[in-house]
Amino acid sequence: MTQTTQTKKSGGLSDLRKMFGGNQSSARQFGILASLIVIIVFFQVATLIAKGTGLTLSSTNLINVVNQYSYILILAIGMVMVIIMGHIDLSVGSVAAFVGIIVAKSMADWNLPWYLAIVLGLVVGAAVGAWQGFWVAYVGVPAFIVTLAGMLIFRGANQWIGQSTSAPVPPEFSFIGAGYLPELPLPLDFNVLTMLLGLLGVAWIVWNEVRLRRQQHKIGADAAPLWVSLIKVIVLSAAILVAAWLFATGRPGTSFPVSGVILVVLVAVYAFITNSTVFGRHIYAVGGNRQAAALSGVKDRRVDFFVMMNMSVLAAVAGMIFVARSTASGAQDGIGWELDAIASVFIGGAAVSGGIGTVIGSIIGGLVMAFLNNGLQLLGTGADMVQIIKGLVLLGAVAVDVISKRRGGPSVIGFLMSRRSRQTADPFPDVPAVVPTSGTNETSRPADLPRS
Amino acid sequence: MTTDAVPILEMRSITKEFPGVKALDGVSITVAAGEVHAICGENGAGKSTLMKVLSGVYPHGTYSGEIWFRGEVVEFRDIRASEQAGIAIIHQELALIPELSIIENIFLGNEVASGGVIDWGTARSRAVELLARVGLADDPDTQIKHLGVGKQQLVEIAKALAKDVKLLILDEPTAALNEDDSQHLLDLILGLKGRGITSIMISHKLNEIERIADSITIIRDGRSIETLDVSAGGVDEDRIIRGMVGRSLESRFPDRTPHIGEVFFEVRDWTVQHPQIPERLVAKGSNLVVRRGEIVGIAGLMGAGRTELAMSIFGRSYGKYVAGSLYKDGQEIVLKDVQSAISHGLAYVSEDRKVLGLNLLDTIKRSIVSAKLSRIARRGVVDPYAENDVAEDYRKQLRIKTPSVDVGVSKLSGGNQQKVVLAKWMFTDPDLLILDEPTRGIDVGAKYEIYTIIQRLASQGKGVILISSELPELLGIADRVYTVFEGQITDDIPVSEATPENLMRSMTSARPKAK
Repeated sequence: MTQTTQTKKSGGLSDLRKMFGGNQSSARQFGILASLIVIIVFFQVATLIAKGTGLTLSSTNLINVVNQYSYILILAIGMVMVIIMGHIDLSVGSVAAFVGIIVAKSMADWNLPWYLAIVLGLVVGAAVGAWQGFWVAYVGVPAFIVTLAGMLIFRGANQWIGQSTSAPVPPEFSFIGAGYLPELPLPLDFNVLTMLLGLLGVAWIVWNEVRLRRQQHKIGADAAPLWVSLIKVIVLSAAILVAAWLFATGRPGTSFPVSGVILVVLVAVYAFITNSTVFGRHIYAVGGNRQAAALSGVKDRRVDFFVMMNMSVLAAVAGMIFVARSTASGAQDGIGWELDAIASVFIGGAAVSGGIGTVIGSIIGGLVMAFLNNGLQLLGTGADMVQIIKGLVLLGAVAVDVISKRRGGPSVIGFLMSRRSRQTADPFPDVPAVVPTSGTNETSRPADLPRS
Repeated sequence: MTTDAVPILEMRSITKEFPGVKALDGVSITVAAGEVHAICGENGAGKSTLMKVLSGVYPHGTYSGEIWFRGEVVEFRDIRASEQAGIAIIHQELALIPELSIIENIFLGNEVASGGVIDWGTARSRAVELLARVGLADDPDTQIKHLGVGKQQLVEIAKALAKDVKLLILDEPTAALNEDDSQHLLDLILGLKGRGITSIMISHKLNEIERIADSITIIRDGRSIETLDVSAGGVDEDRIIRGMVGRSLESRFPDRTPHIGEVFFEVRDWTVQHPQIPERLVAKGSNLVVRRGEIVGIAGLMGAGRTELAMSIFGRSYGKYVAGSLYKDGQEIVLKDVQSAISHGLAYVSEDRKVLGLNLLDTIKRSIVSAKLSRIARRGVVDPYAENDVAEDYRKQLRIKTPSVDVGVSKLSGGNQQKVVLAKWMFTDPDLLILDEPTRGIDVGAKYEIYTIIQRLASQGKGVILISSELPELLGIADRVYTVFEGQITDDIPVSEATPENLMRSMTSARPKAK
């Protein structure tokens, strides 16, 4: 990881900017990614000094981080869409707990098989989301109020159904929250499926880069030099393979957690939805300018409805993973999750006013929170200090974003880098217009406009 | 013009650079005390930047050059400092708080107070006096949101007067005003001049400048080109335009031979209620027809119901539908929402491109495809190649001036933003385009290009409804003009018979023409 940062610094900055797409949102993502790397390196070194061995990047710890934070990151996926729409969802923790108790009870009391219980959980999540979406989209109650009410309603409902006690879940169900990728009957002393997953990730990165270059070539865009692409692919692939190796060679019986697999799949699916689908475009359109979107034929209320509904479905997924991991559903489940999810999204570069944010950025933001939390715990910092530091990091991250936006730059890091090439941030890209000398040309086309 | 030896303002070789761009390059301007000084130039020429330098938005040290105000060199740190010196700037976007009253707004930041406690009695009497000076008869306790734009402008000026302003800067003051309000405002500026207040006025409306300015400084490409003395004579609109664009402009409207076909779109007995006030009808039994290849103008004063009519036709996006029917190609069509309006081949380009036309956070290419994503999507997935091709195509067709279609639309000038909006609606492949003030706030050169685009659309056999507050524009490019007054269509005049006078008569009279 340390090598990663060094190579980046030695390269041509404007080319490296293109590594991340070269535009504003990707520059911002690069800034967050850089802070994540700094945090990881910092804690690796700090634990090395304090405990004699670098704990952050150990197999056990990485597995722990995934186990402990996957459900928060899953919430962040839904939350970023809610926040892009200019809404907020405060109810996710309560909804997760509500779904958790229903799923646990359905297996314990009604003997529902675990897979049907999962379906039930998703259906309940969708129903809760439809309820909240209805009030937000079709009645017009602000999402803040609807979900504040939801926070109370579903917390109460959890306690009412569970009688404020905890309900255990069967071991088969625990697999989704506490399970690991299984061992294959091969004479290899690492987890083969984990490595295969890692290789899949590498293949995806290579394919994606090739596709990007081909696309840039096709549209005649100003593509980065080949070496930049190569470095990007090598660095990212190496990071993935090292991580996969760490996951694959942990304590026997452990490997990449199933909840992590669920997370990775959801990230891929939702990154695709938000980037490349009509529905995703509609989310950004409504979040950026609702009136303009409505006048372009976007059914803004319908988008409100589905985004709120989707959030509750993901809250249900998060709730079930958590219940599976802790092998029981309790009355205290999910308290404060909404705040972690919201913080992840804002650290990840989303705008409070809506219209801006990405799934990947929010996941990186969530990982910043996760590794910060985890690192402080490894160093034996008390819960009081952890909270104070997390609060300051959230404030600092968003402040940096706000300040850099006021300056007109994409982000502090993007700002520093963009000094080299300001063409894209040119405040007056407009060539002064030219007016025809003759109004009598037959084509009724201005005679001397530049034929760009 | 007064003959004071010392000019009230002298800006000497002001240079202001943004990274990579010289927005101002040695601009000098001298404003004599007690005159109305106009600054003319195309969009992006540097007028607003110059005013921002003057008013301290760009503080001293971020530009080079000297500013002399009332005989002294001034170095403003911020807007407050320039206000204290007696310079007030009134922006295009009004800076009033809608929920507060006139009186609260006038003294906002400049409260009549002792020890932090506001003296409402004195404030009120001063407010009444200031309102009388600007000619606003409304109750000073009226909330700003209940005032029209014209009256809000007057409140802004009263606010400036409350600060004992010496130099008043007006940035496009009449851009959003109708004819009456504009006249009133211009008279007011002349009245203030009589009381010794110097004004600098930035405007695209050259006839207004010609009417009230004593001298005119022309800025082009960040440089001051020349200063024209109006009292010396010989300064007319063509002379100003020649300075702005660096060459003469023989025709402001492209020529065209219309090829008008059959009636294909018809609105019958269209009646619409105001969304909040049911007893108010914003359209009263309106009838209109559009032929293929025809540009149909709609003239009316602000508040007459032109936009309301257009938006209510466009998928009932304004007001509450009461009665009436729409026919396209002889078939009745029912458009209950915007989506069905688009799929029936209607397009509406809003008068307010920043609020209703564009998502300013988005890039050019994403904006262009946003009204008809289905055309470049398969099974709900957007095809990035097709998107790029479409955007590049329109960039070339409409000459959108940008280094790349991946640039954010917020970075474009008004004229180019308007082209993006036009491209967005052209991409929906409409049969009928409703263009609501398509050239508002954009410069002469870009206007010409927009007219060319409109004419090209008409020559492709599309119908165009053009709503405009500028009568010369309607007379210049429409084939036929409807006039609207208080929600009623009062006349239907072929452009060959239309004159500003007979249009204005029908725009201000409630008697619908008997047919």
